[in-house]
Amino acid sequence: MFELVLIALVKSAVVLVALLLMVAYLTLMERVVIARIQVRIGPNRVGPFGLLQPIADGIKLLLKEDLIPSQADKYLYVLAPALSFGAAFATFAVIPFGDTVVLWGRRIPLGIADVNVGLLYVFAISSLGVYGIVFGAWASNSKYPLLGGLRSAAQMLSYELCLVFSVVGVLMLSESTSLSDVVAGQSGVWYVCLQPVGFLVFLMASFAEVNRLPFDLPEAENELVGGFHTEYSSMKFAMFFLGEYGSMITTSAMITTLYLGGWRGPFFPPVVWFLIKVVAFLFFFIWVRGTLPRFRYDQLMKFGWKVLLPVSMANILVTGLVLACVG
Amino acid sequence: MNAVLAILNGFRLTLRHFFKRPITVLYPERRREFSSRFRGLHTLARDEQGLEKCVGCGLCAKVCPSFAIEVVAAENTESDRHNNTERYAARYVIDIGRCIFCGYCVEACPTEAISMTPRYEMADYRRDSLFYTKSRMLPDAGAPGTCGRKEEGAAAQEGRPR
Repeated sequence: MFELVLIALVKSAVVLVALLLMVAYLTLMERVVIARIQVRIGPNRVGPFGLLQPIADGIKLLLKEDLIPSQADKYLYVLAPALSFGAAFATFAVIPFGDTVVLWGRRIPLGIADVNVGLLYVFAISSLGVYGIVFGAWASNSKYPLLGGLRSAAQMLSYELCLVFSVVGVLMLSESTSLSDVVAGQSGVWYVCLQPVGFLVFLMASFAEVNRLPFDLPEAENELVGGFHTEYSSMKFAMFFLGEYGSMITTSAMITTLYLGGWRGPFFPPVVWFLIKVVAFLFFFIWVRGTLPRFRYDQLMKFGWKVLLPVSMANILVTGLVLACVG
Repeated sequence: MNAVLAILNGFRLTLRHFFKRPITVLYPERRREFSSRFRGLHTLARDEQGLEKCVGCGLCAKVCPSFAIEVVAAENTESDRHNNTERYAARYVIDIGRCIFCGYCVEACPTEAISMTPRYEMADYRRDSLFYTKSRMLPDAGAPGTCGRKEEGAAAQEGRPR
């Protein structure tokens, strides 16, 4: 028992540190990739190739004055960034990032926990992220954050639907909500080949889910100043961004797990394959940001409810029919 | 369908840009070449005999739209001769902080004494060192860039215009 707890603790710590490092360097990667798309160079002054830039940014943010507006709801105001940060990182707990390894004579599955309701857990926790944003927006007691928070609540709820519906197709194929079973089910063919429509819907909905361009309306800076984080400064502000980039990573990991065979791949060790796929998706996230402009709010809602939702439901129907005919 | 094609086309374009060479010039290490007609810091010329071309007429000060130039003329004497005309500029100060680099002073100058160089790095930590005096703008004032700091004291001494 004790050993199990210890292993879980060590795994959690390792994953958390790895995720935080990835988040830090994701910000650098984003800046460099966006710069290259705009035929610029990007940060290259701090350390070789700008590699110490995230650390410099972190120190700067830590040293900034930490303001709490006098009219703010203090408890919620402090809770919100923590919630948004926590939700983003907690999701990773059920994602398997490698095969079992044998260390000191014991078999350790790579993945913090293999829950048999893994998928439900992921959606439950990632929906909590909305609370982080809405609480922060409400607690700031200021108009721009409130507007941003409202937008974000509406947006995330509507896209969460499409997200879940598109995953139902995967569930029908894997016949299990455990993510390691989903990966095991892709030992032959990746689900992206069997579920191309579901994959596309999931991909688009996840952009809305993590507030990335072209769906970054909650923080549309030219309309809402900063959206939900307008009143935040210092480390609380940074926490929101850690949360946002963290959920980018977890979402990429989810797409990888659900549709691209998780850690499966030839030649390289499983963890490497997992990282390659996740980083490829992160690159795609950034590439999209460098390409597409922001949607208007009504376009966003129309797209979600009138295009993505019907398509994902049709996808379930077709998948069900095909499965019924085949087996 | 058209919209989807347009989006895919956008992705192609951005990816093509991604593999292009960045056009950024890494500034302090590398500098852009500017046209010789670039309107940067002013310089005062000397003629073939090494005498000042400026005769202290003050037309540049008159024409200057931002009142950045101050000229105080004085008579040339036998013992203190700056050029072969009657008068010379005893005091010639351009407040670079006010200058808008329009080049009217250069156009107005009857003796072609003042002209503009492609030098553009004139930022400084002190307001006083933005007063460019005659000693800093004559061709023998030393290499540009060093003169600013070397004669900071002198510049402050000669004082602000107006």
